[in-house]
Amino acid sequence: MIDCKHITKIYKSGSDETVVLRDVSFKINDGEFVAIMGPSGSGKSTLMHILGALDSPTSGQYFLDKRDVSSLSDDELAVVRKHNIGFVFQAYNLLKRASVLRNVTLPLLYAGVPTRQRQEKAMEALISAGMPKDRWHYLSNELSGGQMQRVAIARALVNNPSLILADEPTGNLDSVTGEIVLATFQKLNQEKKCTIILITHELYVAEHADRIIHIKDGQITKDEKNSKKRNAIISEKN
Amino acid sequence: MNAEDIFQETFAALTVNKLRSGLTMLGVIIGIASVIAMISIGQGAQGSIQSRIQSIGSNLILITPGFTRGVGTQVSTGRGSAQTLTSEDASALSGIASVKAIAPEESKRYQVTATGKNTNTSVNGTVPAYTEVRNLEIDTGSFITDENVSSASKVAVLGPTTRDDLFGVGAGDVIGESIRINHINFKIIGITKSKGGTGFGNQDDMIFVPLSTLQKYLSGDHYVTTISVAAQNQTSMAQAQQQITSTLLARHNISDATQADFQILNQQDIIATASSVTGIFTILLASIAGISLVVGGIGIMNMMLTTVTERTREIGLRKAIGATKKDISLQFLAESFTLTFVGGVIGVALGWFISLGVAKFANIPTQVSLGSIILAFGVSAFIGIVFGYYPARRAAGLNPIEALRYE
Repeated sequence: MIDCKHITKIYKSGSDETVVLRDVSFKINDGEFVAIMGPSGSGKSTLMHILGALDSPTSGQYFLDKRDVSSLSDDELAVVRKHNIGFVFQAYNLLKRASVLRNVTLPLLYAGVPTRQRQEKAMEALISAGMPKDRWHYLSNELSGGQMQRVAIARALVNNPSLILADEPTGNLDSVTGEIVLATFQKLNQEKKCTIILITHELYVAEHADRIIHIKDGQITKDEKNSKKRNAIISEKN
Repeated sequence: MNAEDIFQETFAALTVNKLRSGLTMLGVIIGIASVIAMISIGQGAQGSIQSRIQSIGSNLILITPGFTRGVGTQVSTGRGSAQTLTSEDASALSGIASVKAIAPEESKRYQVTATGKNTNTSVNGTVPAYTEVRNLEIDTGSFITDENVSSASKVAVLGPTTRDDLFGVGAGDVIGESIRINHINFKIIGITKSKGGTGFGNQDDMIFVPLSTLQKYLSGDHYVTTISVAAQNQTSMAQAQQQITSTLLARHNISDATQADFQILNQQDIIATASSVTGIFTILLASIAGISLVVGGIGIMNMMLTTVTERTREIGLRKAIGATKKDISLQFLAESFTLTFVGGVIGVALGWFISLGVAKFANIPTQVSLGSIILAFGVSAFIGIVFGYYPARRAAGLNPIEALRYE
């Protein structure tokens, strides 16, 4: 469970102070599929970094599974990321010239999972992410955009995190493959009860989630249940 | 991350750009190989100089005449030019306990002829003990005997070079043949074994005759140019030298040791001097090679810094999925360490190969010592860690958010 209390983030450069997040508070329960939506410059990326334990708030508290992670050191944050958070990035960020399986097992290496279990876990995650089996031994640069993003999703899943953070996961994809990726998230949320936070600036993408948090100029403007949820067309093609 | 993971990650990272890794490694390979080769050549030279000095005799003490100074003048004619040592001086030394054998000799150059050919060489009048004192071995025939000395017989023992000069290479047995030294006939009774010396002071280009014969028929004086003394053993050398000095000073009626009319050369001193010269020579060669090793290390640092910049996004990702600073710096340190380690192994092999090549083709005996291998290996591992440390720390210190955004 995620609990943000009065989170404020201020960036200082010289004497200038930029307030990026202003007293943001919200809760996300386990198994929720939430979209955080806002235009560029709204502070949604900063919020994602704080939620993803990549950054700490200037003030306020952030509880992840009842643990306050808002004032941890860099290496303590790394441990939180290792065990609790899975990232999916817009640019996939796969290891180049490395096989699909190696990319997916990478987080397990840092989590200290024994070598024998890694392959098994990676295969499970690849199946959940809908990655066709015949592509598992391909190198990452031999895949299409949609496939690369599904490898990235499998990598986010592989260590059973409490939270999957997807930062504009469809930003580099065409609408058809974007749809497939969104369908993958919906499936993971429904079937595996994964908690997913989707960060996007597109309303269309956000409407695939169950709840939408609108953010603008560092403040939450609207936080409501998505009444007209879109169901992505699940297609096994591509 | 366990050791196996680090190894696999390192292998994967280094094989992505094989050419670059290879060229970087080449810097270290050349550095290590030259250190190994240079040290081996230096040590080989040292060894061969020592064995050459040992070959002129073991536990040898050489006594040569000192300066000549005319009465009432300060003009010196140089060391060794005086005629102050005699055969009697040599006999007087035989009473010293720490002395094993004594061989006085008088050496002069004469024109020598045989069967139409002639040469100018050093004729050495000496006694039978010479073979023992100077490690001289006889190839065929025999050396000068006590009888030859007491009867001043006109017999000669030739060095192999002199024999070749007088009779031609492959002349066969020349024992019993006659040669003329300064128009006096001598009968050849033996040929010495080659000592392999060359140039100045070649021990193979010599003729040995009895000391009494030389003094009687050729030089006409009773002086000796050198008294060679073999001490009982290495530890008694200093004692022997001291006793020889006091004996000779007493015989020559000299009370002040600084005014001695002779000088004593101890073989240990010659070896020590020669060793210190070759030692400096080895250090010089090794330091030049060491510079190339440092350059190789800088090459590694350069490559690692480039790699860190190129892989900024990858580092960001690794951090995002939970890599700690330690994980990241270990990974990059492992990469630079692997480059130097593998480079070190290849470098040692190459250096060994070079030193074998030098031994074979340049005819310089070389020794690859375990010490130099350990040194080169240690230095290369050290360089890998030192030059890999800064890039690794830079990688570990990257902010994951900025690293992920890096274009």
